Amino acid sequence: MTSSQRLSPTLAAIAVALPMIAVVVAVVQGAAGADPELWAHLREYVLAGVAWNTVILVGGVVTIAMALGTSLAWLTAACEFPGRSFFSWALLLPMAMPAYVLAFVAVATLDYAGAVPVLLRGWFGPELWLPPIRSTAGVIGVLAFAGYPYVYLMARGAFMTHGARALEAAQSLGLGPWAGLFRVAIPLARPWLAGGAALVAMETLADFGAVSVFNYDTFTTAIYKAWFALFSIETALGLALILLLFVGAALALERAARGRARYAASDSGARAALRIELTGARAWMACGYAALVFALGFALPAVALAQWAWQVAPLDLDGRYVDYALRTFGLAGMAATLCLALAIVLGYATRRAAGPVAHAAARVATLGYAVPGAVLAVGVVTALGAADQAWRTIAGGEGLWLQGTVFALLLGYVARFLAVAHGPVQGGFERIRPSLEEAARGFGLGAREVLARLHLPLLSAGMGTAILLVFVDVMKEMPITLMTRPFGWDTLAVRVFEMTAEGEWERAALPSLAIVVAGLLPVALLTWRMERAARTA
Amino acid sequence: MDLNLNRVGRLATLLLIPLLLAGPARAAGEPLVVYTARKYQLVDELFQEYGRNRGIEVKFVTDDGAPLIQRLIAEGAHSPADLFISVDAGDLWRASEAGLLAPVESPMLEAAIPAHLRDPEGRWFGLAVRARTIAYSTERVKPAELSTYAALGDARWKGKLCLRSGKHAYNQSLVAMMIGDLGEAATERVVRSWIANLAAPPFSSDTLLLKAIAAGQCDVGIVNSYYLGRLQAETPAFPVQIFWADQKAGGTHVNISGGGVTTHANNRAEAIRFLEWIASPPIQQRFAAVNYEFPANAGVAPLPVVAAWGKFEPNLVNVGTIGRTQPAAVRLLDRAGWR
Repeated sequence: MTSSQRLSPTLAAIAVALPMIAVVVAVVQGAAGADPELWAHLREYVLAGVAWNTVILVGGVVTIAMALGTSLAWLTAACEFPGRSFFSWALLLPMAMPAYVLAFVAVATLDYAGAVPVLLRGWFGPELWLPPIRSTAGVIGVLAFAGYPYVYLMARGAFMTHGARALEAAQSLGLGPWAGLFRVAIPLARPWLAGGAALVAMETLADFGAVSVFNYDTFTTAIYKAWFALFSIETALGLALILLLFVGAALALERAARGRARYAASDSGARAALRIELTGARAWMACGYAALVFALGFALPAVALAQWAWQVAPLDLDGRYVDYALRTFGLAGMAATLCLALAIVLGYATRRAAGPVAHAAARVATLGYAVPGAVLAVGVVTALGAADQAWRTIAGGEGLWLQGTVFALLLGYVARFLAVAHGPVQGGFERIRPSLEEAARGFGLGAREVLARLHLPLLSAGMGTAILLVFVDVMKEMPITLMTRPFGWDTLAVRVFEMTAEGEWERAALPSLAIVVAGLLPVALLTWRMERAARTA
Repeated sequence: MDLNLNRVGRLATLLLIPLLLAGPARAAGEPLVVYTARKYQLVDELFQEYGRNRGIEVKFVTDDGAPLIQRLIAEGAHSPADLFISVDAGDLWRASEAGLLAPVESPMLEAAIPAHLRDPEGRWFGLAVRARTIAYSTERVKPAELSTYAALGDARWKGKLCLRSGKHAYNQSLVAMMIGDLGEAATERVVRSWIANLAAPPFSSDTLLLKAIAAGQCDVGIVNSYYLGRLQAETPAFPVQIFWADQKAGGTHVNISGGGVTTHANNRAEAIRFLEWIASPPIQQRFAAVNYEFPANAGVAPLPVVAAWGKFEPNLVNVGTIGRTQPAAVRLLDRAGWR
């Protein structure tokens, strides 16, 4: 191997990390100007509380999302029960529901003055006690329902390929099917489960919309408060930097705990159509459980949204919605394509690179998913402001070259969502046995040919998952779109913002429903692909 | 689905089409560019009308005040923005402190907008007034039981008071005004007495709070009046009414939605002309009416549903000083535990 061959993967990884590096530099520079007196105040009255709240929230959300996602993935991938084939795709649908939408539907219908408690008090008397939805349990529940599809998707993919084999292995060891799940299938699926859990944890850390509806204080709300209310963007960036360091450390720990374990698939060949046939009460319990999750995470909120949307549609629905939807699709498509391409480069580079630099770059590149979108947006406009200034100095001329362009938007999306594409692509790379590459190279194929003829075909499942995950996430994205969009680039999420801004949640039902309906398309595509993969495997 | 690079390439090309379709529209005159925290449905119609009248394009982006300010800072001297419109005096104060707004001398604006609703240096002008006051259940509370904001901390309201989140600017500016009137120590005592009276954890919106009063979760609360205007317009029998707080002394807290001309405006003359147009009587009426607010121009009457709440004495402290005090107010809220 020549030194340039060893160097170029590292450089490629660094190049992919550039958007996030630019953001981090802007955050660090800003944070240097934090007001010490304000820090003292935050230390005394704010930080301990929000740190504790954040730990409780992330811990609770990840635990519940993992339990829901893993159990449902196992049921639909390795068991047979009434409605299984319907639930296997329907359970992904909550992914199209933005967490902030789920949050406002939950509070508007289940809080004291909401339709459900009003109805129940009408039946059982005004003194009826109901558990308050605006509570820690309530916000954890909502974010867990919004997040479990990520775990479900990743776990299901792993169980579909490993599951049957795990069961066979378990059987040969004399273990029953449930022992097979806990002692073989779950340990084998660990990188994918961990990947799903990491996505849910990062999404929860970065969430502002849903926790605001619940008025639950987290690190992210503290960042917003320092910026919006204490007028100190510097202090806000300082808080964001702490969040970044914390997440970086957590991810490094996870990586270290995983150690040198390898999870390459034993073979990619035929898969026995082995499913545990659930019968009698067990079959109906499985069906009822899946139906309950589907109803709470998707069907009931969608019905509530549709009802509100129906009321406001005559006032609001017109041709603009076609434009909003087209722009949403266009941006999501561009961002998804870009993130996928960069994730492949990153995955390939970290596989080929010698030394720790490429891996460090990969970790930085994918940190953005844990950072509140608004912080990334500040980083992007600041970095591009400096770039524009530099360009004017060098080339002369007036005006803004990069700020307020689609490029700025895409930069923000890449910084935020690269992790979402990286997860499944990286999972795919890890399942390709290094011996395959050696063999391919033994046949005299160059690096590019190995990538095109070996890696990409084997990665196709992960690539499909990656592109559609980013697509759906960008459709739901709000703060980066708001802050960096060019004139006239209003999306469906921008419309939701316009409508919720003065507390008019019901009026936001129409654009929210539009996001959900538009989001169904990629989710349907994803499930169709999963089904087809399962049939042809 | 076997995604190969070729397909990804074709897909990418396809997805670039909307980018081309959405290219910037060109208009004849120099466009007027507005960064506005006052949202689309409250400004779009008037922006378009002004553009038609003047034969120019009015371009705008919406966002919260703080991100718009940060965008202006990052764009610096080359920002395309001519005007900044906010829904909170604190943001206008912050923008002018950051040097983003330029002084305007306009006899028309100075005559139309009362002095406490505009910057003494002319960097921003209030265009619509929102009053933050007491809302009460018409079924369980008599107006005679109400008097001041501070009195909501009395023992008689134990378990009967609802408040919105202390993270919201409207509560922060109310507390900032009280710090100016009562001093910090007394204000903190009042806030603590409110927190002790809460019937439920603070709400994330005034609308939810008003519905909680109507549903019987609490009897009194503090809200911006226009939220009730909207609910009353939908449901005339909505069992909640407005009480004007602090009428014997001090006056009811008011905030503004207002605007200022940016320091680096390309189209300064047009921006000033636009502000004067919004401040003129017929447009003032519509600008405020669309959100059930009070016109800033004192000579213009509000909507009948708003006028039905009766006249009130506003607190006459300049709304800009509220911005200056707001960080102190936020710290006070943190200490008092108003989440």
